[in-house]
Amino acid sequence: MTDATHKIQEISRRILENGKVDKIIGYQKGSMPMMNTPCVIRNPANVGQLVWDSHCRLNLAKYLGNTKERVGIIAKGCDSRNIVMHILENRIQREQMVIIGVPCNGMADKWKLSALVDGEVVAVTEANGNITVTSVSDEKAIPRAQALQENCVLCKHRNPVIYDELTAELVEEPQNMDRHESIRKIESMTPDERWRFFDDMLSSCTRCHACRNACPLCYCPTCFVDESRPQWVGKGMDPVDIRSYHFLRAFHCAGRCTDCGACEAACPMHIPVRLLTRKLEKDCFDRFKWSAGLSLDQRPAMDTYTPNDPNDFFK
Amino acid sequence: MSEFEPKIITFLCNWCSYGAADLAGVSRFQYPPNMRVIRVPCSGRISPKMLLYAFLNGADGVWVSGCHPGDCHYIEGNYFARRKFTLFKEFIEYNGIEPGRLNFSWISSAEGVKFAQVANTVIEDVRNLGPAKNFTKKAPERLTTL
Repeated sequence: MTDATHKIQEISRRILENGKVDKIIGYQKGSMPMMNTPCVIRNPANVGQLVWDSHCRLNLAKYLGNTKERVGIIAKGCDSRNIVMHILENRIQREQMVIIGVPCNGMADKWKLSALVDGEVVAVTEANGNITVTSVSDEKAIPRAQALQENCVLCKHRNPVIYDELTAELVEEPQNMDRHESIRKIESMTPDERWRFFDDMLSSCTRCHACRNACPLCYCPTCFVDESRPQWVGKGMDPVDIRSYHFLRAFHCAGRCTDCGACEAACPMHIPVRLLTRKLEKDCFDRFKWSAGLSLDQRPAMDTYTPNDPNDFFK
Repeated sequence: MSEFEPKIITFLCNWCSYGAADLAGVSRFQYPPNMRVIRVPCSGRISPKMLLYAFLNGADGVWVSGCHPGDCHYIEGNYFARRKFTLFKEFIEYNGIEPGRLNFSWISSAEGVKFAQVANTVIEDVRNLGPAKNFTKKAPERLTTL
């Protein structure tokens, strides 16, 4: 059991037992290796289910819901930023929550790990900064730092933004990092090249909507995908329908996306959907100096304005 | 009918640009008939879904016109719209729509001349770009070959 797991269980047991919260939202081991699933613990006797390792990719802010209960939630840097967005969007009150902050060193990319070995992965263990992947016929180890997801490598906010409890010392935040190199590469293409690039990228999409379902920003009572009168986006497998779905899904996250990578981690087809959301994240910062979820005092970029916003493209 | 005639979906704010279109009409300012006007209560009413829907259904260009910043009938609708359109224009061009297909303007109800001028430039720009290819939804192949 890792120190973080131990500490999470200890804090969870304490706040459940003294009645500070009604439930804890955390991770438990999934039924397959490398797949931790979110879980809700109400009974202090069950806190032993909670785990923390390199496979806690999903964003727990998704599971806060529109609740009146008092919630304990485990939050790494990106989860905490999404919790801030939920508070700003009046989904939940700060006072309702006990946030158990976990300073995060990034999550492992399951595609990188499973590509290491031949055959299906049956077990993954972690010790001394190395991750060992075992398949039926093979076993390989990789330094943890080399197995991280791309968004974790590019992450500038590893420590939780708001928290009530901490499981470990805060980690050092990287400075002066170029986060948008791949976006600028696409921007430098011609329109037709860009169209073909994304067509190619999304050609394997099966419209399973896992990227939407995993996204912590996604809680409309009726999603635009499910609207039928009028039906803004076709529901079929037509390439243009797939493009419009991804276009609108990304645009819906404009100014709210924290680049937590839950969409990409949930994608069964390994599509780099963050190339779309990160463009908007980049523009929000370039145009409006806004990064989502860093402060409770600032309104989100799309919910405010200034009289001298960019105006150059208006005739 | 050899020359390409673009189809342009135009969203006009009821309180300014729609009046400007009216003024351009009664003042007999000339502009080509390539626009299909949709009247909206405010430029802030326009959802990204609507703009995308126009392209999906075969528009060669889209033009949105609202009140000058500070002149919104609803005080601040066009300020919010401006932020939305800034990101939207960048993003749809990032996705492969040519710059020039999606146009925005601020036109007050007294600016009939400006309305005709902008209408001329928008239509001319889109005409030069040719028919829209990207983001236009084609009928499924099976149906077209029947």
